[in-house]
Amino acid sequence: MKRIYVEEKWCLGCHLCEYECAFANSGMTDMVKALKGKTIHPKIRVEDGKNVHFAVNCRHCKDAICVNSCIAGALSRSESGVVEIDRNKCVGCFTCVLVCPYGAVMPDGDGHVAQKCELCTKNLCGEPNCVAHCPNRAIVYEERD
Amino acid sequence: MNTFIYPEYEVVRNQDNCIACRVCERQCANRVHRYDEENKKMIADSTLCVNCHRCVCLCPTHALKIVRSGDTYRENANWDMQTVNEVFRQANSGGVLLSAMGNPKNFPVYWDKILLNASQVTNPSIDPLREPMETTVYLGKRKCEVVRDQNGKLVDTMSPSLKLNLPVMFSAMSYGSISYNAHESLARAAKALGTYYNTGEGGLHKDFYQYGENTIVQVASGRFGVFKDYLEAGAAIEIKMGQGAKPGIGGHLPGAKITEDVSATRMIPQGVDAISPAPHHDIYSIEDLRQLIYSLKEATGYQKPVIVKVAAVHNCAAIASGIARSGADIIAIDGFRGGTGAAPTRIRDNVGIPIELALASVDQRLREEGIRDNVSIVVGGSIRSAADVVKAVALGADACYIATAAVLAMGCHLCRTCNTGKCNWGIATQDPELVKRLNPNIASQRLVNLLTAWNHEIQEIMGGMGINSIEALRGNRLMLRGVGLNETELKILGIRYAGESL
Amino acid sequence: MLLKEGEFRNPSGCAISGVIDRSGKKISGQCMIDSIATMHDRSNGLGGGFAGYGIYPDFKDFYAFHLFYDNASSQHEAEEFLKQHFEIAYYSPIQTRKVASIKDEPLIFRYFVSPLPRKLEASQLDESEYVARCVFHINTTVKGAFIFSSGKNMGIFKAVGFPEDVGRFYKLEEYEGYSWTCHGRYPTNTPGWWGGAHPFGLLDYSIVHNGEISSYDANRRYIEMFGYKCNLQTDTEVITYIFDFLLRKKGLTLQEAAKVVAASFWSTIETKGEEDRAQEQLLRRMFPELLITGPFSIILGFHGGLMALNDRLKLRSMVCAEKGDKAYIASEECAIRVIEPSVDTIYSPAGGEAVIYTLKGGVNA
Repeated sequence: MKRIYVEEKWCLGCHLCEYECAFANSGMTDMVKALKGKTIHPKIRVEDGKNVHFAVNCRHCKDAICVNSCIAGALSRSESGVVEIDRNKCVGCFTCVLVCPYGAVMPDGDGHVAQKCELCTKNLCGEPNCVAHCPNRAIVYEERD
Repeated sequence: MNTFIYPEYEVVRNQDNCIACRVCERQCANRVHRYDEENKKMIADSTLCVNCHRCVCLCPTHALKIVRSGDTYRENANWDMQTVNEVFRQANSGGVLLSAMGNPKNFPVYWDKILLNASQVTNPSIDPLREPMETTVYLGKRKCEVVRDQNGKLVDTMSPSLKLNLPVMFSAMSYGSISYNAHESLARAAKALGTYYNTGEGGLHKDFYQYGENTIVQVASGRFGVFKDYLEAGAAIEIKMGQGAKPGIGGHLPGAKITEDVSATRMIPQGVDAISPAPHHDIYSIEDLRQLIYSLKEATGYQKPVIVKVAAVHNCAAIASGIARSGADIIAIDGFRGGTGAAPTRIRDNVGIPIELALASVDQRLREEGIRDNVSIVVGGSIRSAADVVKAVALGADACYIATAAVLAMGCHLCRTCNTGKCNWGIATQDPELVKRLNPNIASQRLVNLLTAWNHEIQEIMGGMGINSIEALRGNRLMLRGVGLNETELKILGIRYAGESL
Repeated sequence: MLLKEGEFRNPSGCAISGVIDRSGKKISGQCMIDSIATMHDRSNGLGGGFAGYGIYPDFKDFYAFHLFYDNASSQHEAEEFLKQHFEIAYYSPIQTRKVASIKDEPLIFRYFVSPLPRKLEASQLDESEYVARCVFHINTTVKGAFIFSSGKNMGIFKAVGFPEDVGRFYKLEEYEGYSWTCHGRYPTNTPGWWGGAHPFGLLDYSIVHNGEISSYDANRRYIEMFGYKCNLQTDTEVITYIFDFLLRKKGLTLQEAAKVVAASFWSTIETKGEEDRAQEQLLRRMFPELLITGPFSIILGFHGGLMALNDRLKLRSMVCAEKGDKAYIASEECAIRVIEPSVDTIYSPAGGEAVIYTLKGGVNA
């Protein structure tokens, strides 16, 4: 399946992807209205070290530990391979947050349920918005073995 | 005490649109932007801004723009603001003023005073979408004898040449003055396009030997990075005698840019300023140049054409005539608007002549002497568009060199502060954090896009003139007409005034 | 004031025709007059002319110079020069008849000359180059004098007028040659001068041309490096010089010269066999500035033959036909049918395809 991959070599640590993610999932069409004065809760996070930057989001693991450990059946793997979360089923136990080895699952803005990258399949973008707006093509969306 | 100079440009932020994502802050190597925690607002210090537009381009809500600040002294046609500020700057520092990129002054751009012809009625125009439209150029000496073998077949006695799929090459920019990624982008683009890029006087990084077939290796007065493998790696060797942006002077790469890699490539100590002498100290006259040309040919088994690059100066026609008789295969002429990574401002802005006039006089002189066939002519400094290329070829050039247009394609916004080494676009810098901003996967594609577009335009223009091969355009000055030019200018350009018939 | 031909570029549409008897049998000039007259509408009365080969058998070893003079003083000046450089075997005015439509005729003279041996030796030039330079000298420096024909055993006849009238004016029915070419001109400007009519010739080469080449100034500025002077600024002039340069000075074959001026596209060359590919690539690389672009159909007349050639896109009409030993070339088929209604073969050569007809027994047969 096509997945998001991050090339550390090209990641500038500009954090634009976080804002593009938050905007994409805001349900709004105007970035200023969506994000102005708000604290954002993106599903992709840029880790900054000294001279190292790396954007992290869900790997959509084949044998996803988050899916296996979800006590409410909220997390599942779709036919196309996307690891999805059903907010209505999530009970906010955050086991998934604890078990994800990448830190790619996190509580959402309200802190009641978990959220994770669903490759912009559930918003208006269609294709992952972080990929479309990465200024240095550090985040790519492609098929790899 | 230093005189305060109000910034010429100022950062304007539309606070209504700013979402305080702080991308501008993270992307500015000059530390213009910062977040004011107290007021929860982004603020900018315009005194630090170089107007590179990195923040403007990356701002996701387009909340930023850079405008002329409008601060002004009392108006004075003689002492304009920049002149006054330069006096202040020199009084502050006691130093020679440094600048980068090409001459920005308001000198005439002759390309914009030349108009092109098109066919109608007596001669059909040709549609490049339906008919072949050839832009392939061979560069090198064309003078040759007709020799036949025992079967009467022609024998190839031609000197080695360069084959270009389109009449444009990337001109010299050294590794050191520009980044590793910029070099990789140029090399990959040259290969994809079927043209050449030029190492400048910076040696050739070992990673880029693989692009040798599309590389012109330069030998300049400092001889940086020159050794046998280097000479053999390239498709041609260019002797740099002069540069349009700074005729008569050498180069100076500050020690800060001589990183480990640059040092290894240039074969000079790390962290120490690299200074190229003003002249080649083994070339004080034309016969010395001939010796260097043949030394290089000898060293490479007469397999590679040798280019001699000179700055366009007052006697360039005579210089070119000398070079054409010296064994060189190609003459590259660099006009006074050509770019540079760093040059003394006074030199850049006041020395040399426009490439249009230099080209016209060189081409005419070589023809008058019957030696135009001895060499190909390549011109640069500055070629800005496909139209400039077409006009240059019609004036007599075999091909053009572009560099400013190439760095623009890679992201440069002509802020003209390459000399600071803090290029926010990752081009004119060696800072790894900045260099990585230039992803060759993107930049090489943008270079390919640019020249592919130019080639389409060249073909369209040629087709309009009823010309279906670039060699029939070369020196075809009847295709040109001047506007807004005086008699002397028309005479030097060898063209007629618009409205004058065939 | 109207500019004189040579002081401006004068593109023309045109009609061309040519005929050769490869057995060497003589053909009357009337044949060409009949042929070109059929294409009357392709000319506009502002120029016509003929070239005949084999027409001066009695003086075949002498260069036949045809000259226009504006007046007696230009004639005097030119003749002084000719006497200093040539032995003049015979000279006379060229015989003409009055034709109502042919006006403003200059003085028209013919000289059969041979270079003075001492002068030739002193010049350190080969004979043809010596003669060519003398022609350039008169045409460039002697005001009012113009050598419009300079080959051996051949002659060019031209004037301002419709070509059939020009033929009658020069009494061409009285001349016989093994080959002829002719030209009717449709210039887009009003030439006031006879020298601008076609064919254009230098030594034995003559060109009739229909078209307007877009490469003109590139070709001109290149060829002028080699001593040629494009005084008339016509396509025909520069094309003649190109062939003279490639054939006489560089020693290329006709086919090779055709591959220079009407080169195959690089992409076409790529598809050819190894040997042809190498030869054609080499020719294009050796003489790129002599590629001619834009529309043209030409007939090159030379000692012993004719060559027809179209531009590589075939932007001008031209057909070739054969009947026994005779071969015909013309802008339009009608111009062939009118003088040979039942041809054996007739076809339209492809762009860039050189069609060469030569005497079967060679020039001296």
